Amino acid sequence: MASTFWPEMALPPPDRRGSAAAPVPFLILAGAGVAFFVLPLLGLLVRTPWGSARELLTSSEALTALRLSLIASLSATAIALLLGVPLAWIYARVAFPGRAICRALTVLPMVLPPVVGGVALLLAFGRGGLLGGWLADVFGIHLPFTTAGAILAETFVAMPFLVITVEAGLRSMDTRFEDAARTLGARRWTVLWRVTLPLVRPSLVAGAILCWARALGEFGATITFAGNFPGRTQTMPLAVYLALETSPESAIVLSLVLLVVSLAVLVGLRDRWLGAS
Amino acid sequence: MSLQAQIRATVGSFDLDVDLTIAPGELVALLGPNGAGKTSVLRALAGLLPIDAGHIALDGLVLDEPAIAIRLPVEQRPIGMVFQDYLLFPHLSVLENVAFGLRSRGVGRAAATARALSWLDRVGLGPEANRKPGSLSGGQAQRVALVRALATDPALLLLDEPMAALDVSTRVELRRELRQHLESFRGVRLLVTHDPVEAMAMADRLIVLEQGRVLQTGSPAEVTQRPRSRYVADLVGVNLFRGTARHDVITITGGGSLTAVGVTDGDVFAVVHPRTVALYRARPDGTPRNVWKGRATDIDLQGDRVRVRLQGLPSIVAEVTPAAVRELGLDRGDQVWIGVKATEVIVYAA
Amino acid sequence: MPSRVAVGLIAMLLGAGQSACAAPAASTVGGSITVFAASSLTHAFTRIGANFENAHPGAVVHVTFAGSSTLAAQIEQGAIGDVFASADQPTMQRLVNAGLVSGSPSIFARNRLQIVVAAGNPKHIGGLADLSRAGLVVLLCAPAVPCGRYAIQSLRAAGVTVAPASQEADVKAVVSKVALGEADAGIVYVTDVKAAGAAVQGIDIPARFNVTADYPMALLKDSQDAVLAGTFISYVLADGQHILAGDGFAAP
Repeated sequence: MASTFWPEMALPPPDRRGSAAAPVPFLILAGAGVAFFVLPLLGLLVRTPWGSARELLTSSEALTALRLSLIASLSATAIALLLGVPLAWIYARVAFPGRAICRALTVLPMVLPPVVGGVALLLAFGRGGLLGGWLADVFGIHLPFTTAGAILAETFVAMPFLVITVEAGLRSMDTRFEDAARTLGARRWTVLWRVTLPLVRPSLVAGAILCWARALGEFGATITFAGNFPGRTQTMPLAVYLALETSPESAIVLSLVLLVVSLAVLVGLRDRWLGAS
Repeated sequence: MSLQAQIRATVGSFDLDVDLTIAPGELVALLGPNGAGKTSVLRALAGLLPIDAGHIALDGLVLDEPAIAIRLPVEQRPIGMVFQDYLLFPHLSVLENVAFGLRSRGVGRAAATARALSWLDRVGLGPEANRKPGSLSGGQAQRVALVRALATDPALLLLDEPMAALDVSTRVELRRELRQHLESFRGVRLLVTHDPVEAMAMADRLIVLEQGRVLQTGSPAEVTQRPRSRYVADLVGVNLFRGTARHDVITITGGGSLTAVGVTDGDVFAVVHPRTVALYRARPDGTPRNVWKGRATDIDLQGDRVRVRLQGLPSIVAEVTPAAVRELGLDRGDQVWIGVKATEVIVYAA
Repeated sequence: MPSRVAVGLIAMLLGAGQSACAAPAASTVGGSITVFAASSLTHAFTRIGANFENAHPGAVVHVTFAGSSTLAAQIEQGAIGDVFASADQPTMQRLVNAGLVSGSPSIFARNRLQIVVAAGNPKHIGGLADLSRAGLVVLLCAPAVPCGRYAIQSLRAAGVTVAPASQEADVKAVVSKVALGEADAGIVYVTDVKAAGAAVQGIDIPARFNVTADYPMALLKDSQDAVLAGTFISYVLADGQHILAGDGFAAP
């Protein structure tokens, strides 16, 4: 379903033979579509208190939240890669009973309201949850209200993007390359590392970026499962939300930072890794 | 080194049932229409397609024998395979592609690189070692694919349509080149192709495959002179009949009969070359021993000849000159008399 | 589900339309008003609105619930309504300063703080001082929201230092995490403990440490039906009091 849609960045660049002349009604509708996305951003820019922006930004709370956001979202992406790539491989290559259901459950966090995801995480990894009590008793691991919990919440919400993108890449890849590697004497593990993963690299990169971007913006599951404490679980989106209560200016500046950071990464990586011109 | 294989496998809609024996040093071409199961045979030999029954043995080493649960994994088979459109790894350099097999089989980096380079030099591609496969010409890619497969010293070399990805204009020359490279290889060589010209130009022996079964095997000359299938007859461009011979008269399966000379009684194939088929407006008196009526269903100009497809008992294709067509005033749907001399009917046992 | 959403949307649209188009020529009864009320008032104001409509046939009251500061922001951005009922004074003062309020606000209810614990009080928490105990998971509201500010005032008054596991974005989150068993205690409003039902119970905070939150309400300057809106405010101050008391609010 969405698999053809998400890895937009893995798609070939648009036809370069020339630009087509768009029908006028299309131009109008497309213009409205762009405006729909651009206007809110413009609103942010217009209302940004540029004079005090520097001061608001370098405030220790903003920096703390930004640092935590980067650490948590990158960790979530790393975990998603570690668990999500094998999962995507299995979904793409191994037929087993219940695969459809497993896949559906894997992508569920994409449609589930994140707050519900947070509650579900509490019921699983919380103190009284299915696994949480045991984790606490045996290993002394407490996830709610910790940075690890924030990372867990972000991973839960963001990993489906990676799995779906990588799975689509694996499915569209010519598996005869793997056959060729095996006839050359490569064991399965070598085939995976030296042939399969390099060949689906565009999907891996696109999936990791989508996953990271989603993790960076995660709010609902994080605040529900991990709570909100500066330096521990208060990521940028949480800081923005709470700043809105007292100081809308700093909320706007923080949002702008989040926006600039993600825009820079998305544009930068696209040019660097995905060969788009 | 020799290959002995009995392959029984289910592939999609049909069953593969192929026996193969290839002698040491022999270059055999597996010829057949698309979907005949040629590539499946290669994949079975390589271990990429599990066989249901039979066995595959290479020089006494059993690669596959389901009955005694032997199945050597692909990566442990002493084979080299050149795939259709070569499948060079696009993310690796030419050198890394050729060294891939050696590295995978445990050869150290330095040694593998040195050996890969010497292989590339052997086919004149040393200077291209650091290029990416995407920037190679078709012929260069073919040579890289070949040395990549040969670099691990396989006992069996499998080539799947090695010319199909090439430009028609360069094919003839590259075919000669490939043949030369293949001659220096000592192991068993099996080539898959759907192109009869390629098969005849390159192979010592042909195996004709259709619908997962072997229809005929023999030297290119034998196969073209004595086709045993409609597929080969069409490729060669001759009329092929099957029937029962008795006192020099062959009763054709499907209707009609042909008279020939000096035929042993029994089940036979009969071949009539289209050029030996004569057409007349009126019933000819005299020489031809075989005369019958037919209707022209198709008239097709091919080069300086005209192929006329005739429906009758039996149906046959004639090849005449454009002048003859004019003289006869022949048009599609016309009735004509067909004449074939008994001496022009080539008969051999089925 | 979708149909319920649709109904909700239609109701919202109708509500907005009616309040915007209500005839300025006011009548003592009839017409409709829109009330913006703090979310802690959800239960009480839903019932008060219904009672008011029963008492004034022809009058329609639309109540919109959200966090006080969210509502204030909406009013600042031009949302049209008649009455604003806030959960704290500073937020109301914001609108007064912005000149968006007509007349002066009146306090219609007060709320107090309580310690919320799981039903049965398994950790034996007797008062604020116990919240500093090691190994206890204590939740407060974030300092940015009123309940967080009040909790800090209260703890300071009692001279207790607490290391909260989290500063939740709203008071309901504190209550529900205690109810779920993820936290041992939290400082919330009396009314929230009452609304949460049997899963939790409240431990009183002595009046000398407690903080009283005043709930002010006011007529908005842009009201389309000031007469009906005024009638509603008076109704809350009088007939609405027993409903507010039932939810745990103290009288002004």
